[in-house]
Amino acid sequence: MPPRTNHLGLARNEYKGRPSTLCPGCGHDSISNQIISTSWELGLEQHKIIKMSGIGCSSKTPAYFLGGSHGFNALHGRMPSVATGALLANSELSCIAVSGDGDTGSIGMGQFKHVIRRNVPMVYIIENNGVYGLTKGQFSATADEGQFLKYYGTNHMPPIDLALEAVIAGCTFVARSFSGDAKQVQALMQAAARHPGTSVLDIISPCVTFNNAESSTKSYPYGRDHEIPLHEIQILAPDYVEAREEIVIDDYTEGDIIDVEMHDGSFIRLKKLENDHDPRNRRQAMDVLERSMREQIFSTGLIYYEEPRPTLADTEDLVEKPLAQLDAADLRPPKEALDKVMRSLMVG
Amino acid sequence: MAINVQTQPKLDTREPVINDFAFSVATKNGSGSQTSNNVLVMSLFHMGIPVNGKNLFPSNIKGLPTWYTIRANKDGYAARKALTEIVVAYNDGTATEDVANLPPGGVCVTTDKIARVIRQRDDISYYEIPVAKLMRQTKVPSAFRKLVENMTYVGAVAQIFDIPLDLIYDVLVANFKGKEKPALMNHDVVRLAYEWTADNIVKTDPYRFERMDGTRGKIIMTGNDAGALGAVFGGVNVVAWYPITPSTSFVDGIIGFRGLRQNAEEENTIAIVQAEDELAAAGIVVGAGWAGARSLTSTSGPGISLMAEFAGLAYFAEIPAVFWNITRMGPSTGLPTRTSQGDLLFTHFLGHGDGRQICLLPGTLKEAFEFGWKSFDIAEQLQTPVFVISDLDLGMNNWLSEPFDYPDQPISRGKVLDAQSLQGFIDEHGKWGRYMDVDGDGIAYRTLPGTDHRFAGYFTRGTGHDEFAVYSERSDDWVENMTRLRLKMNTARAMLPQPLIDDASDAEIGIITFGTNEEAIREARDWLANDGIKTNYLRVRALPLASSVSEFIDAHKSVFVIENNFDGQLTQLIRLEHPENISHVRPLALGDGLPMTPNWVYDSLKEQEG
Repeated sequence: MPPRTNHLGLARNEYKGRPSTLCPGCGHDSISNQIISTSWELGLEQHKIIKMSGIGCSSKTPAYFLGGSHGFNALHGRMPSVATGALLANSELSCIAVSGDGDTGSIGMGQFKHVIRRNVPMVYIIENNGVYGLTKGQFSATADEGQFLKYYGTNHMPPIDLALEAVIAGCTFVARSFSGDAKQVQALMQAAARHPGTSVLDIISPCVTFNNAESSTKSYPYGRDHEIPLHEIQILAPDYVEAREEIVIDDYTEGDIIDVEMHDGSFIRLKKLENDHDPRNRRQAMDVLERSMREQIFSTGLIYYEEPRPTLADTEDLVEKPLAQLDAADLRPPKEALDKVMRSLMVG
Repeated sequence: MAINVQTQPKLDTREPVINDFAFSVATKNGSGSQTSNNVLVMSLFHMGIPVNGKNLFPSNIKGLPTWYTIRANKDGYAARKALTEIVVAYNDGTATEDVANLPPGGVCVTTDKIARVIRQRDDISYYEIPVAKLMRQTKVPSAFRKLVENMTYVGAVAQIFDIPLDLIYDVLVANFKGKEKPALMNHDVVRLAYEWTADNIVKTDPYRFERMDGTRGKIIMTGNDAGALGAVFGGVNVVAWYPITPSTSFVDGIIGFRGLRQNAEEENTIAIVQAEDELAAAGIVVGAGWAGARSLTSTSGPGISLMAEFAGLAYFAEIPAVFWNITRMGPSTGLPTRTSQGDLLFTHFLGHGDGRQICLLPGTLKEAFEFGWKSFDIAEQLQTPVFVISDLDLGMNNWLSEPFDYPDQPISRGKVLDAQSLQGFIDEHGKWGRYMDVDGDGIAYRTLPGTDHRFAGYFTRGTGHDEFAVYSERSDDWVENMTRLRLKMNTARAMLPQPLIDDASDAEIGIITFGTNEEAIREARDWLANDGIKTNYLRVRALPLASSVSEFIDAHKSVFVIENNFDGQLTQLIRLEHPENISHVRPLALGDGLPMTPNWVYDSLKEQEG
């Protein structure tokens, strides 16, 4: 039987990259798989995507998905600036950015906050495992206070909540998920891909080698047992919007549904679970994150959403054609223009 | 003041001195003296007198002493003079020292208030302006009086040394971009001081300006503006920067000339981002260069330090981008507002591990413009970062120059494959790899993100890679790659701006230099020639060094490498690249924070040769 294909006629295999070199069972590999599935299902054209990353285990992963896309494994903590430059050069590109909790929460905190402030459109995925893997298991800034690790003892510092930092920085799309929850990760990725601004996905992604003890809030066992989704997420693409009203809602009353309208006309449909969270309320979003941190509640889902602000390219008031594709006539004013400047500087 | 580190010769003439003397204007920072000084410089320029203005300013917004030197020279010498015959002493804090620095026969223009404490010399002329009294007579609203007070010395200087009053008005209008109101307000003060001086001052000095025809068809500009204009004509389209003296006005220049590149709807073809630091500025230009933009950042020493890691990445991943280093005095925060050539070695070797960076070394205003556009072609042709090393003296001071030549070469994007040419490449070579050197010049072919071809994508990385950009820790892959990069740098030597050489004479002495020392050396060589000492001259304009540098060294019995840094960095580089038979190569390294004077060059060289 021939493999299933998407609307471009491509099989899922075509969206893969090179084989992963991460530890078997690494949470990051399942996130790479969700990126592959999401891109395939959305029928994204790989040549229009750039994969950007910093340094660390997470930042290696862009080599393992979308082999047809250009990728850039940049410097530690400085993926955001490199992505900013690339997207200014070519505003037609879509960006999947992969970072880790060390890459974003420590060395790259400044760039993380500023890329959000500039609203550079990208899906910014933080593969958050609370430890430094490549250097053999030091605590990262997202590790829980009081956590014990064999080699480094007890962590006495409070954690930095990167989703909360994103909201504070002015991010218009902030989500938290668990790499073990494939369905939710994919739904959030689909929504983020449609959002014209910086979308931050803080995905708890267990490190099977250094931080997977049951007691760790960044472990598989903990995630499986403690994840509390804020809602069920369904993406209604623009094509489905007309049919939206007719979609049968079996077990839900109208008050239990929040339809978040997105910029491109699609909807994120959130079906209420135990919580009563409206991601369009900034105060609520911050409360959920604060409480989650304080009481160690593993709440996942779309934490915060608002209508996107103008992107960096918008505020630059650029010509429509991507700057990288301007031809010589656009790049060099004629001789008369130089002569005029020169004459204006001359005597009499 | 610190200017007298370099030699102070004696003034020995009382004959009329016309269009050949220098001023030092001493004021307090932030007092509005920049406008006054600019008006003096531009007035001389419009009188046809070759003029050069240098701002020797403190790292401060308001209050600390600042000096502005203006040199008029009928023969067109533009270097800073060790000796300034005239001081405008308008800063009570430095006036005593300023007057002490004058040569016998010099002139002090000062305020009546300051004059009371500095009348210590009987061998100079004092002209005392009653500034407070004049300011009470002006129609200038009291809120603006402090700002225009310095115009009193413009009026006095104009009367004493013969600058036409109406010309000053025209210059003021131009200075305020055609606005008459501020021009009139300033001119009112200039006129009052001019008339008071005419009625009350008896001229006892020999110095005078006279109209001549030495500036027709020439321009005056700062090097930062010239470089910025060059970048705009070079197709810059992504700029990222972080404010730092003395490079800030470079990006201000691009913002000023950005309109030359707007379309009919006034939309921009140049994106300009003020980054959160120099790390991000470097990241943005590297990302932009990777994606096919002509990207530029401008910074100075501390910023260059922060950019080191990205410089190494761009070198190794082979990404074009242009970095201007408007050098100030280091190490560390150093003298943030003083000039230096002290970043030569650091910039050339920027980044950890093995490797060299391409550096362009403009020495004149015209070269600042030329390298402004050319740097992008070089960066894209070589697929590597290009560092243009200017300095505070060129960047922030006003220089007289011939007008700039329009670029004589079309824009060159280097070896970039689009979807069609990529297919052609694959048809010819069987496959394409980002780092495959099929031409044997060390330069491979790159694709840009967005190229619609299934084999166009590749994964850029700063880690070890093979010719297909795939991660590799194999020693042979590593060595092959580094060997190719070295080959590429050797290819670069012939592609870069070649040294300017004047070896017409059979001189036994050769002088090697780079950058803005050109003017001081030109004048000093003329003085030496008058003494019967012939010299030949080579000015390096790019790194890695061209082969002609070695030939020049071999052709002379005695070679002096003249540079404005403390360690003799170009000398060290020459010793590294040309290790044989160089006992006759000696550094003359200055590094006192100030633009080099011909006096220092002349004296140092005579001392060494003597």
